[in-house]
Amino acid sequence: MSGVAWGGRGDSGPVRGVRRAGQRALMVDVPDAASAMRLAGWLRTQELACTDVVPAARTVLVDGVDVSELGALLRAWDGDDLGEVADEGVAVRRVEVPVRYDGPDLRTVAARWDVHPEEVVRRHTALEFVSVFCGFAPGFAYLDGLPPEWAVPRLDTPRTRVPAGAVGLADRWCAVYPTASPGGWLLLGTTTTPVWDLGAPDGPALLRPGTRVRFVAT
Amino acid sequence: MSGAHVLVVDAGPLTTVQDEGRSGWAHLGVARSGFLDRSSARWANRLVGNPEGAAALETTLGGAAFRALVEVRVAVTGARAEVLVDGRTAPQDEAFTVPAGAEVRIGAARSGVRTYVAFAGGVEVPPVLGSRSTDLLGGLGPLPLTPGQQLRLGPVSLPFTASRRTGDRRVVPTHGLLPRDVFGAVPVPLVWELRVWPGPGAHWTDDVTALDGVEFVAGSGSNRVGLRLERASRALVRREGEMLSEPMVTGSVQLPPSLEPVIFLADHPTTGGYPVVAVVVDEDLDLCARVRPGDRVRLRLLGP
Repeated sequence: MSGVAWGGRGDSGPVRGVRRAGQRALMVDVPDAASAMRLAGWLRTQELACTDVVPAARTVLVDGVDVSELGALLRAWDGDDLGEVADEGVAVRRVEVPVRYDGPDLRTVAARWDVHPEEVVRRHTALEFVSVFCGFAPGFAYLDGLPPEWAVPRLDTPRTRVPAGAVGLADRWCAVYPTASPGGWLLLGTTTTPVWDLGAPDGPALLRPGTRVRFVAT
Repeated sequence: MSGAHVLVVDAGPLTTVQDEGRSGWAHLGVARSGFLDRSSARWANRLVGNPEGAAALETTLGGAAFRALVEVRVAVTGARAEVLVDGRTAPQDEAFTVPAGAEVRIGAARSGVRTYVAFAGGVEVPPVLGSRSTDLLGGLGPLPLTPGQQLRLGPVSLPFTASRRTGDRRVVPTHGLLPRDVFGAVPVPLVWELRVWPGPGAHWTDDVTALDGVEFVAGSGSNRVGLRLERASRALVRREGEMLSEPMVTGSVQLPPSLEPVIFLADHPTTGGYPVVAVVVDEDLDLCARVRPGDRVRLRLLGP
């Protein structure tokens, strides 16, 4: 059962397969992060009793669900309408994150991209990122938007302590550390804007999935 | 001191406030947390007349001690431990009244790991995302208890209040008759058997059925985040390579390159980058909470 690919509408369909994760959860395989985000958004608009809908880089986990009910829903879903259905009527949330670009790995990234550090800042602030999913820690959002040719590796040895508010890059992802923690991402700088705030009126995760993010040099 | 009902005298190795947990926030990277041994904790709450999911205290191995600042109704369940009220033995698995000023002392766990202490009215700490549970990994909810800390309890429902002076006589002792699924109802097995389904990452092993019957020894690094399985009785095999992180359910049996599996429990990270080769059935998650370091654990694979 596990590992068996199930094609909804063939290879061009957005659901590539499903895998069981216990009696009451299903892992749905999709082609990319954007599909994961849109599928998660679409599932939340459906009448489906479930506990969690959790997107990740190329999957969506639906937990606390009747798996046959979810399977039927996925089979009935016309993937061609996905983008429109998910975005229809939903205002896009945009956030600006001010950053002091003095991170310990700014020069490492500059060397990697074969540019001056100032150009790293210019490139990073020119991009529009989109939060695709959270993981690793509460409010830790994986931001998509770095072009593939600018992907960077993680540190060989993670730092034992990355400060809260650190802005980092790893692979093609950008993220802001919500609290101090160990971390292996390349650090460009820090922000004083809290990305995890239990008191925030519209929810604790500033960069929750779907949020468009721009960084601003301060 | 005003408004406080219980004083923490000794918090032992680790005592946290737990309730049913904060489910529904995994998409923000927030674990469910909550009682690790849910059936034993719910039983403690039922004994004192609380809703099953009310906030109670989860002690770990070494016990704890509290002083009642007002008269309180208490029940102690879960891991077997001596319970003393001002030095006199009190029962586990039964509600008892603690007079104002008396000290309740939970001894070291003789078997099992987590002893639950429920107070009538529940522990009243500010909820975070709908739950009073401590999430040690995510850093949410109240901090672990410390000596000198004061706790408030919630309002108590009427039947107990009316019977305070004769409280003990109004409660029917359980005479050791426990619900089958709570700790203490049946003897501790020589080997804990955990039933598992093939996991979403089962294809990372050549033959997932090879997991059936493998025995391990529980590692000392086990905690609310995960139960560590060491010294496998048969060599485990796993494909080389890296995978993209995927979300994980509670009970995920993750197989890292070290080949020492971790069973993720209530405070687990919401995503993981190593294959989840099996998932513990929901009914056996409470067993994971009872396994002491050094105990033997066997996996039983359910099919197809």
